[in-house]
Amino acid sequence: MKVDCKNEDNNLTIFLDGELDHHAASIVKDELDRMILDNMPVGVIFDFNGVNFMDSTGIGVLLGRYKMLKSLNIKAYLKNPSNTIDRLLKLSGIYNVIAKI
Amino acid sequence: MIINKLKITFPSKSINEALARNIIASFCIPINPTLEELSDIKTAVSEAVTNCIVHAYDGKDGNIEMEANLYDNGALGVEIRDFGVGIDDIDRATQPFFTTKSDGDRSGMGFTVMQTFMDSVNVTSKKGEGTVVHMSKILKNGAKNAKP
Repeated sequence: MKVDCKNEDNNLTIFLDGELDHHAASIVKDELDRMILDNMPVGVIFDFNGVNFMDSTGIGVLLGRYKMLKSLNIKAYLKNPSNTIDRLLKLSGIYNVIAKI
Repeated sequence: MIINKLKITFPSKSINEALARNIIASFCIPINPTLEELSDIKTAVSEAVTNCIVHAYDGKDGNIEMEANLYDNGALGVEIRDFGVGIDDIDRATQPFFTTKSDGDRSGMGFTVMQTFMDSVNVTSKKGEGTVVHMSKILKNGAKNAKP
């Protein structure tokens, strides 16, 4: 999985690309945290357009990032999940804490 | 009647989560699953294999076995087996959001995902000996496409 980011007007869009499973999570978590801490935006948008697979480990990664963002008073959003990933996100209840835009 | 079967063994490395997903997907392709069914099966297998790596073997080396059968009624049966620590309380382990690992970012949703995306999930386990997760799913067009 690759991650990239773009900071526009103090909102950080994080682009995720590839498969978000347990194997990828261990690598990607630190990169995500580094991007957030380097930029310290007012909001973070996780763009799932490039994610072609996710299991519940991905939910764990999102939850962990959400807790960190909440502690820093940074808003969290999510966009462009595929239909199959959207089903998983709905099942997890993560939309109660990270809004889909 | 079983029209095809497979049995593979692989080490408990996280790189093999994708391997298991891709193998089960390839196994199902001949009976033309829908994209959603394929995604469901891959995700459920990914959850079961990840549980073996994270919980059964706790990051240590071990073997994971995956067995699968395709039936002429369009059903798929998948069994994921490990020889790790075993589960103390299966009912508790399969509850949504329950996890024994408080370190890291765990959702505790592995079994919930398996139960939602497959038609049936059966877990048997013995402390110190290992765990078997058996899952099955009837594919919508499976019977039509199943050829012995």
